[in-house]
Amino acid sequence: MKPPRFRYCSPESLEEALAVLGEFGDEAKPLAGGQSLIPMLNMRLARPSVLVDLNRIPALAGIERTDRFLRIGAMTRHRAVERSESVARAQPLLAEAIGYVGHLPIRTRGTVGGSIAHADPAAELPGVLLALDGTVELQSRRGHRTVPARDFFVDLLTTSADPDELVIAVRFPVLPPRSGTAWLEVARRHGDYALVGVGAVVTLAEDRRTIRDARLCFIGVGNTPVRATGAEAALRGQPAAADTWRSAAEAVRNELDPASDIHASAQYRRSVAGVLTERALALAVQRAQEGTAG
Amino acid sequence: MPTRFFGEPIKRAEDPRLLTGRGRYVDDIDLPGQLHVAFLRSPLAHARIRSVDVSAAREMPGVVAVWTYDDIGPCQRRMPLLIPHPDLTHPYTRYPLAKDEVNHVGEPVAMVIAESRYAAEDALEAIVVEWEELPPVVDIERAIRPGAPLVHEELGTNVAAHYVGIVGDPERAFAQAAHVFRERLVIERSAGMPIETRAVLAVWKDDEDLLEVWDTTQAPIVIRNALASLFGLAPTQVRVIAPDVGGGFGCKIMVYPEEVLVPYAALVLKRPIKWTEDRLEHFVGTNHERLQIHDAEIAVDGEGRILGIRDRFLHDAGAYTPYGIIVPIITACQLPGPYKVPNYHVEFRAVYSNTVPVSPYRGAGRPHACFVMERLLDRVADELGLDRAEVRRRNFIQPHEFPYDVGLIFQDGAPTRYDSGNYPGMLDLLLERMDYRRLVEEELPRLRAEGRSVGVGIACYVEGTGIGPYEGATVRVEPTGQVYVATGMPQQGQAHKTVLAQIVAEELQVPLESVQVVEGDTAHFQFGSGTYASRSAVVCGSAVALAAKKVREQGLALAAEELEVAVEDLVVEDGRVYVRGVPERGFTWAQIAQLANPLRYAYAGDLVVRPRPWTGPALPPGRQPALEATEYYSPPHATWASGAVGALVEVDVETGQLRFLRLWVVHDCGKMINPLVVEGQVHGGIAQGIGGAFYEKLHYDENGQLLNASFMDFLMPTAMEIPRMEIAHQETPSPLNPLGVKGVGEAGAIPMPAVVAAAVEDALRPFGVRITRMPLDPDQIWRLTHPAEA
Ligand SMILES: Cc1cc2nc3c(=O)[nH]c(=O)nc-3n(C[C@H](O)[C@H](O)[C@H](O)COP(=O)(O)OP(=O)(O)OC[C@H]3O[C@@H](n4cnc5c(N)ncnc54)[C@H](O)[C@@H]3O)c2cc1C
Repeated sequence: MKPPRFRYCSPESLEEALAVLGEFGDEAKPLAGGQSLIPMLNMRLARPSVLVDLNRIPALAGIERTDRFLRIGAMTRHRAVERSESVARAQPLLAEAIGYVGHLPIRTRGTVGGSIAHADPAAELPGVLLALDGTVELQSRRGHRTVPARDFFVDLLTTSADPDELVIAVRFPVLPPRSGTAWLEVARRHGDYALVGVGAVVTLAEDRRTIRDARLCFIGVGNTPVRATGAEAALRGQPAAADTWRSAAEAVRNELDPASDIHASAQYRRSVAGVLTERALALAVQRAQEGTAG
Repeated sequence: MPTRFFGEPIKRAEDPRLLTGRGRYVDDIDLPGQLHVAFLRSPLAHARIRSVDVSAAREMPGVVAVWTYDDIGPCQRRMPLLIPHPDLTHPYTRYPLAKDEVNHVGEPVAMVIAESRYAAEDALEAIVVEWEELPPVVDIERAIRPGAPLVHEELGTNVAAHYVGIVGDPERAFAQAAHVFRERLVIERSAGMPIETRAVLAVWKDDEDLLEVWDTTQAPIVIRNALASLFGLAPTQVRVIAPDVGGGFGCKIMVYPEEVLVPYAALVLKRPIKWTEDRLEHFVGTNHERLQIHDAEIAVDGEGRILGIRDRFLHDAGAYTPYGIIVPIITACQLPGPYKVPNYHVEFRAVYSNTVPVSPYRGAGRPHACFVMERLLDRVADELGLDRAEVRRRNFIQPHEFPYDVGLIFQDGAPTRYDSGNYPGMLDLLLERMDYRRLVEEELPRLRAEGRSVGVGIACYVEGTGIGPYEGATVRVEPTGQVYVATGMPQQGQAHKTVLAQIVAEELQVPLESVQVVEGDTAHFQFGSGTYASRSAVVCGSAVALAAKKVREQGLALAAEELEVAVEDLVVEDGRVYVRGVPERGFTWAQIAQLANPLRYAYAGDLVVRPRPWTGPALPPGRQPALEATEYYSPPHATWASGAVGALVEVDVETGQLRFLRLWVVHDCGKMINPLVVEGQVHGGIAQGIGGAFYEKLHYDENGQLLNASFMDFLMPTAMEIPRMEIAHQETPSPLNPLGVKGVGEAGAIPMPAVVAAAVEDALRPFGVRITRMPLDPDQIWRLTHPAEA
């Protein structure tokens, strides 16, 4: 478990990092918290010839709040998100989900940008970003662009970022009023990647008893995080009641197409996705009604 | 009043060092000029090797040597069959580097020795092997069918051993029984996962004519003897040291290929050579355990009394049988547990497969046995409408029935003879701690009325511990006052330094801090077999006690002579020996050690060396200059510990998740030398048992590829998954050894699959399902409760 040879460089500015990436393209790999990349190097599953360490670029870390979104710099550690007051206030779904990411030492090293760029289909942050219809900020020598989460996660561990592009930040749009969220997941052990996880975002109508808008995003059930758009559409205009959650669960079970692996079968994942749907919707609505958001 | 050391909950002497990072493991040791080894391991489960081309690898930067089977001189013979057995009719062991065939993924094929591990691993990629794939044998049920592909063609069969044990007249018992129940029960494959993987560092010291080897082994003396005979060296020319060892759990007791190849490289290349197994290698290069498939039947009378048991099982031996058939033998002998089974037919076949070889892993065949027996008893209780605890009570061997013969020959070649125990007392204590009646009659119905799926299980077990052949110890009081203790048993976390010191301190009444226990170094002790089978306290502890007693007698005799009193008039207390009632007339142990040694020169001012009148030789015949004794203890047969556990669990039937609400343990390992250490062993065992009940499973696919060879996918419970344990002790001394102790090393691991199965099954009663396979996981629980969807 030793990596093959690589060149290591540790730029001190974004420009410098982008220059190296521009020069080496897919021969190069950014190194963020290393919690996913280093094991892959050690198992020789990743063999970049240049490693571009982002840890000496202070400008890449930080949490900023505008009135439209929360912007989190790529090199912000999971732990900083977990402890952030403004995340807790502005993005309760993120605040709730982040504690499910691995264990404390992993959250202390691992970064938001690394997690988004790595695009593990069972990882929490990509799921949260997609649930909230967030966006990813990409930058390269060629310029800056913003990609919606739904276009960013394209396949297993694959995103629409080009090899010379860095994720520099992610944006989580602010929730509309009368919204509530819930993050639930089932994992084999504390800190493991989810077998199935769901993020629910519900916005109530003014009567606070009817669903105006609902979003359901699942992790661990496909090659990317997955939105249950059919179930979401069916929820609109429905009363906030147990029957509604049950039909949403059924819709989710019909819509998702998870795969089997050694930890759980496709049938299990499909069934539990439904169970979590019911539980998460009930919880999100309760929070919306209580005005606690999440 | 003598000070009590034996039986006291004294904190582990080894912890301050280990917890503050001052431990010294093999990989921490670096020698100047050392080279590093990486092994090319088979990527295929079963294949013939057409050719191995190492020429490009030899040219790589930093590479010193690349060896295949052709290059390993005296190591070109098969690894030893460590424990033969008459029923192991088709044993098979490997070559250290595969000669012409590989039989499991991970089998070593070539060896690169380079300036760094990085360079060595780079060179592995340059080795070209031409394989001829053979059909892999993975499923042991298919492996025994006629015409099945063979793991070892020349054996003509995949059955390594066929064993039949019969007690009483099982056929008649079954014919006459009121009820017969059958179960098919499976325990999946698993393996020990010490935090410290295996590692070997070897150096040939030309100036001393000495091969020095640091090895993470549980058996340094065995390794020393193997290396000496392999390389034609005198045993004293080989020194094997097991320094701090970060866990063993059985898988480090073996002679592995790496353990002979690394020293051989040191001999040939005349440079220190180090190999540290990485975790990927550990998964495929270090022995596994567990997979057995049982077809078991129980015959009972109308009251649930056992008339007989018939069990036929398949045991997955893996690709080779270096450790014989110890694991299934233990299963067969321990299956009856604490119960009277007057008629018993047990039969197993140990079956080769193209997977990592199987040898003991903490529990060593016992969790399987306990699972089968306890599942059968739960079945009897449920079918007959009896309380599960009551069925057990009706079948226990009674306290007055010891010694009790099970009727089979145990793993040590001696009869399976329980020496002592109080099984009804143990269960009563457990039920009392659980408040069982109230739990079952009030608490469970109340929780169930709230819609919660809760269940209770209990399981009882025995553990044959402290087997021979023997162990030894040297105890010496130094003229400086410290007490030196050396044994042949290394430790991997069992607190030997603490408990052996307690035994000595008790006997000599010296402070614990003055006792220094030296272990795991063949330069200090030459005879013994190692740490395994929950035997340290029993076998080594007894040897230490005998040696300490002898030293005490030597000291008393010397002091009596010097003080001109009778031995009976002396007291041993506070680190001194003195005349009863006259404390100032006496000596410290240091002074007695000095008295023993008629030195010509004093080596410190306060010594009692003084001129003596001539009376003949300074050391009269029969006297030695040291207060020192070496004693060996050889048990007549195993001593049998026992235990009972209870669990209250809750199942989320929608997600299959399992939660322990309470976990109770009653344990009886005879006299406890140190209750803290005993509890630590129980905690660790239970934690591992929970792994075996809900987490740990090695997944092989049909091609013999191990699908979860990393900690990402091989799940062990962490502290977060382990509930608080409520432990109570019962002490039924063993009549076999001088200390009255029994082993505790594996205890906790044994009953957990059984108790979790029972409790989950109880929680799922509305679904009417039976739990017959371990470990469980959320998916399986969900399947049981959602048969239509699954
Ligand atoms: C034991 C363990 C348990 C874990 N459990 C979980 C879990 O439950 N849930 C979970 O979500 N994660 C889990 N993780 C993963 C962890 O969250 C990682 O930190 C995260 O996935 C990657 O972040 P990183 O900063 O460590 O990225 P790195 O490992 O440094 O990089 C990961 C990948 O992203 C690329 N990359 C990194 N930063 C950028 C960037 N700014 N722009 C473009 N590409 C970039 C790298 O080149 C690499 O390909 C676990 C990890 C471990 C070791």
